[in-house]
Amino acid sequence: MPDTLTKDAPAPAVEAATPAPDKARSLWGHAWRDLRRNPYFIVSALLIVLLLVITAWPGLFTGASPRRADLANHYLGEPNWGHFFQTDWFGYDKQGRSIYARLIYGTRASVLVGISVTALVVFFGGLVGLVAGYFGGWVDAVLSRVIDIFLGIPFLLGAMVVMQAFTDRKWWMVSLALAFLGWTQIARVMRGSVITVKQADYVQAAKALGASTPRIMLRHILPNALAPVIVVATIALGTYITAEATLSYLGLGLSDPAVSWGLDISQGADNLRNAPHTLMAPAVMLSICVLAFIMLGEAVRNALDPKLR
Amino acid sequence: MAELDKPGGGPNDQPADAVPETPSLTKVEQVDAATDESAIAVIDRPAERGEPILQVRNLVKHFPLTQGIVFKRQVGAVRAVDGVSFDLHQGETLGIVGESGCGKSTVAKLLMKLEEPTSGEIFYKGEDIARLSGRALKAVRRNIQMVFQDPYTSLNPRMTVGDIIGEPFEIHPEVAPKGDRRRKVQEFLETVGLNPEHINRYPHQFSGGQRQRIGIARGLALNPEIIICDEPVSALDVSIQAQVINLMEKLQDEFTLSYLFIAHDLSVVRHISDRIGVMYLGRMAEIGTDRQIYDHPTHPYTQALLSAVPVPDPDVREDRERIILTGDVPSPANPPSGCRFRTRCFKAQDKCAEEEPLLAVPAVFSGSDSPANHESACHFAEEKSVLAG
Repeated sequence: MPDTLTKDAPAPAVEAATPAPDKARSLWGHAWRDLRRNPYFIVSALLIVLLLVITAWPGLFTGASPRRADLANHYLGEPNWGHFFQTDWFGYDKQGRSIYARLIYGTRASVLVGISVTALVVFFGGLVGLVAGYFGGWVDAVLSRVIDIFLGIPFLLGAMVVMQAFTDRKWWMVSLALAFLGWTQIARVMRGSVITVKQADYVQAAKALGASTPRIMLRHILPNALAPVIVVATIALGTYITAEATLSYLGLGLSDPAVSWGLDISQGADNLRNAPHTLMAPAVMLSICVLAFIMLGEAVRNALDPKLR
Repeated sequence: MAELDKPGGGPNDQPADAVPETPSLTKVEQVDAATDESAIAVIDRPAERGEPILQVRNLVKHFPLTQGIVFKRQVGAVRAVDGVSFDLHQGETLGIVGESGCGKSTVAKLLMKLEEPTSGEIFYKGEDIARLSGRALKAVRRNIQMVFQDPYTSLNPRMTVGDIIGEPFEIHPEVAPKGDRRRKVQEFLETVGLNPEHINRYPHQFSGGQRQRIGIARGLALNPEIIICDEPVSALDVSIQAQVINLMEKLQDEFTLSYLFIAHDLSVVRHISDRIGVMYLGRMAEIGTDRQIYDHPTHPYTQALLSAVPVPDPDVREDRERIILTGDVPSPANPPSGCRFRTRCFKAQDKCAEEEPLLAVPAVFSGSDSPANHESACHFAEEKSVLAG
């Protein structure tokens, strides 16, 4: 992302100088031009890129193993700023494991769960919402009742019950469990949004032109109905990351040989009074990660709405 | 009002070269058609007026009223359109007026097949399009297009003007070859008086009048024969209304279009229409040429409507009789028996509640040369000039 930023840098300057001739640009083209100038987008995108790089190659950021336990370092809390990029940046936890190394390696579980759950939920929930909202009638009646049934299951309690079924828990199992229970939120938002957009005159106009149902849905309804979904999805992404941490905290998500912020928060919370640093580092990291996704969502939503331009 | 009035009112008054293939749709023929059997409704025997391009017969649209959530029980129906018949001739403008909720817009939606009619026929060049679907319907859509009321919601805010006007070509690729489309879109922008350079702008970057021009360009793109205009200028400033109306008249001459012009502004309708139909509560109350309707109305509802038109001359205004209707429009879910207008009519008698007046030339006027000789759905039709000046 920083590469493209610098490469494209001269382009906006030229346009600013000669605004008269409109260049052919798609909706996303316009959105991209706006995003490049939005400081919230730049900050959140850089953070997310950093998180993604950490997810992909944690070894680049630390030489230490997150699982190497040296009880001699038990609760060693003093950050040693002299050893930059060393193992003891944020001190050590109860087992004498490097908190910094665990933060770096724990990123993978959180980011993968957050992104995969959001992707699954937006795809399936969005599809259900689009179909229910567009076709209405008995299709809507059936799908809405299914949504109601799923909404009746408490999110976390349901996820706990589903996770009970797995013994050797992997991150994708957590993702499936969360997506299985989380899609209804997006489906409802999408359905409402589609029903509003469906009544717009431009949809009627497209029908009057003889546009096919897929064309009306994809070109007219989806782009105009997507904005609230993007907002809800990015906020939900944060809650999915939190939910993964919560499940791990409760002992129903990832378990100990695995490395996850939720596990570390869980262990840190047990010893909050005598070793607060063991809780702080993963908790702050989780907050930053969630914040970055929410900020990105907000920026994308604003850029995708030509009326706000 | 007077300056909006066209000299004669009939389509024959238009420049002869403008509508070359229009069969003569004069009032003379209309009179002929109605003279022999006066009391027969037009719905039974379509009046022959040359060659109608669109014939609507007994069009009905009832929206069901249901109760219950899971097991829906029909408890009634809103009779939005309840047996409307009219003809639209090539190159002519048929105005439809009526107050809010009388079913004007539903008629437009039915003609566009945006709503399925409950019953009735819509003949486009002799083919009943009310029964068409799929490919055959898509082919007919090329010839009947629509201009919407609100230019702020009728254009997709996430598409550029080029995409909006170009979409008809994507849906009907046979109309314009791919490489040609952008140029064609720019041509249409120019035709409706917009800068072709603005092809990549978004709708929100235009004013209301400009947006309505974009909507008109989209309607024109497929080169249709009929354009249904659902209150196309109601949402615009008065100064802009005139521009858009004049543009529409220019385009009518240029492309030999037939307009079905729906509005509630009587002066706008008079300015653009050759013939006018007055609707009340899902029915046609009176139909005739603009002179017949405006200067010689025979239906009391039309007379009441016209008496509400503001008159700029204070002296004339003093003398004029105002017909002030009392009460509200009855619910279309439960219309009155007999004549639908009887609850608010100043002439209503017992007969009106018992017997439904058919839309036909009233017996009193049939055979006469008077302009009052036109179809009017009233038992006690009589001429009454309510427009001053």
